[in-house]
Amino acid sequence: MGKIEWAMWANEQALASGLILLTGGIVGVAGQFAGWQFAAYGVAAGVFVCLLEYPRGRRAKGTSVERTGQYCLTVCVKAFGPITRNYYVRAFLHAALCVPGGFMLATVLGCVCLGIASLIYLLAAIRGEQWLPILPKTETREKPRESIKEPPQNPPPRPPADLRRKRLEDVEGAAYVNPIPVTGSED
Amino acid sequence: MGNWLANDGLSFFVILVWLGINAFLFVHFYMQFLVERWFYSRAILGQALPWARAPAACLNFNCMLILLPVCRNLLSFLRGSIQVSDRSAARQLDRNLTFHKLVAYMIALHTAIHILAHLFNFERFMDAQLDKNDTLQYVLSQIGNGDNRSYLNPIRTKDTNPTYVMFTTIAGLTGVFMTLALILMITSSTEVIRRSYFEVFWFTHHLFVIFFIGLVLHGIGRIVRGQTPTSFQENNPAECEKYYREWGKNGTFCPVPNFAGNPPMTWKWVVGPMFLYLCERVVRFVRSQQKVVITKVVMHPSRTLELQMRMKGFKMEVGQYVFMQCPSISQLEWHPFTLTSAPEEDHFSVHIRIVGDWTEALYKACGGDKTEYTACSMQMAIDGPFGTASEDVFRYEVVMLVGAGIGVTPFASILKSVWYKYVQQNANVFTRKIYFYWLCPETEAFEWFADLLQSLEGQMVEKGLTDFLSCNIYLTRWKESEAAHFTVHHEAENDPITGLKQKTLYGKPNWTTEFNNIAAKHNGAKVGVFLCGPLGLAKTLGKQCRTHSVSGVKFIFNKENF
Repeated sequence: MGKIEWAMWANEQALASGLILLTGGIVGVAGQFAGWQFAAYGVAAGVFVCLLEYPRGRRAKGTSVERTGQYCLTVCVKAFGPITRNYYVRAFLHAALCVPGGFMLATVLGCVCLGIASLIYLLAAIRGEQWLPILPKTETREKPRESIKEPPQNPPPRPPADLRRKRLEDVEGAAYVNPIPVTGSED
Repeated sequence: MGNWLANDGLSFFVILVWLGINAFLFVHFYMQFLVERWFYSRAILGQALPWARAPAACLNFNCMLILLPVCRNLLSFLRGSIQVSDRSAARQLDRNLTFHKLVAYMIALHTAIHILAHLFNFERFMDAQLDKNDTLQYVLSQIGNGDNRSYLNPIRTKDTNPTYVMFTTIAGLTGVFMTLALILMITSSTEVIRRSYFEVFWFTHHLFVIFFIGLVLHGIGRIVRGQTPTSFQENNPAECEKYYREWGKNGTFCPVPNFAGNPPMTWKWVVGPMFLYLCERVVRFVRSQQKVVITKVVMHPSRTLELQMRMKGFKMEVGQYVFMQCPSISQLEWHPFTLTSAPEEDHFSVHIRIVGDWTEALYKACGGDKTEYTACSMQMAIDGPFGTASEDVFRYEVVMLVGAGIGVTPFASILKSVWYKYVQQNANVFTRKIYFYWLCPETEAFEWFADLLQSLEGQMVEKGLTDFLSCNIYLTRWKESEAAHFTVHHEAENDPITGLKQKTLYGKPNWTTEFNNIAAKHNGAKVGVFLCGPLGLAKTLGKQCRTHSVSGVKFIFNKENF
């Protein structure tokens, strides 16, 4: 499994965990379960994780597929520079975020899923991966090649006119070799 | 609007029936928990009990279904036997992966409802234990404290919490493992992961084994408890509910109610498909043990590798595909490739594009640096062949074959077979006319196919059969330098790219014009449209088929996908 970018899977897992944590938290608060404070935390943490993980990072190899409408969040996440770029930070952040979820049944699933996402991010970080934003590239037109810009400076390479004049009486003697080698057209 | 029924009607009907069964099971099992026998259970749990049981029934149904679409050997067998009688029914089996995904989404949905309902159930059971001494819920929770057999509340003490209970009951623990397996399977099955990191998807998906083990064991703890029938005779909730403080005391007529759990039902639903899937894997393994000899390896331009192989007892039809495994590269990976040889040949061949880890390793192992290599002693395992839509080609009078780039491979097999049938055997073939479209972004990709087309063209001219096959090759992208070359050689007799008499066309085809022409020429016929290519093109062609299937001409769309 040589060229897998683990961060891509970690991202999917973390986003899912955020949603699960959020849902569990909403149920815990709405149902006023015992320990609902942890559920409230789950809501906040879930929203935060979703916002952080929604913008997909740029792949090192191949084309990157954006999630719908992720541009604004990409800019926000990019603004934090190395904190969001580095996957070690994310791994430890998710590990820390998931712990309070373990104290209440409604958020325990979100906690475990986020923990798993944290482990995959750790693996990605060890492999040296980074989060790079997907930003629209500014169009650069390929400059036309040098030869088309200017008209030819020198006359074509051929011997002087009197040598080139047709001499029907001596056809073989009239043949000449081009002083500069001429290559054929691209074939 | 065209005749949509011809193309999608049966699929739509199947989906409708499946949704209907889901809805029926949901409502039916919801109602089952509203009866009097469950009165005391509902006294503690409220409506959360039926809200948990209804999706559980749907989960049983969907977990039964999910293994079936991926039993490809079984499907291949079914397809073969149905095809004899009903072509459109056989086509439904092409949509197996789509159906598998739909069922997976439904499982995810019902799992979510089930878990959320159980969150309430756990909470309410806990509250009942922590309640004041004189509430019905508290009294109900104390039943069975002596022998731990006739209890209602699975939380037996108030010195605990729901999380702890979940991890110490069989139902809870298996639930956790199942849900984790399901979530990991889903997050690694998204389009991005599947298309780019297939191995992650493939290996993680094997967590389904844990899922099914958990599923079968989930109910053996009998944690869902209702009043036993004998107890119901003696203690009718309608009459006895109010007297809960006096149950069982001397002189009262309401004894303490007894509760028991339902026996586990899930295994009855899933044992059949689990057995079928086990057979499927055994068949794959047995097939993989058969010896495959690589007779020839050819390296084509545009990073395409051709392998010609022989295997004892191998029988194929046009346009089928096989799964290939190379133990020296990976013991566990099986990759699908379309067969490019015709059934009439003495070997079978595949053309593989080098794009990922596995194909790259294959290229190196086969001595990729040489252009031709007659002997390759590498071990190979083959599972298949499996049928896809291309098998149906000769059942249509008129056929449109559209291949994009490497997607032309199944059609290579068809065209070769056509050549053998008409030219060598002169067999009576039902198909009268083939329109072939090949859309390609680069010129080198033509090379390996150009030979085949050239020989076909020559033979057609010789036998005076030029009308049978109409080839349209479209170069969809080109470099500035090449464009100059094309313009200069525009008037040449043979095409500058392919060397064929049929000229290469530039850009994308105008499908509306093409469909109109074909519809005009073949009034009253059923035209089979076969595509192997990207999703965008599939949508376009699907729409064209629907639009142009009017009075007389019917365009039936078949898409091939892996």
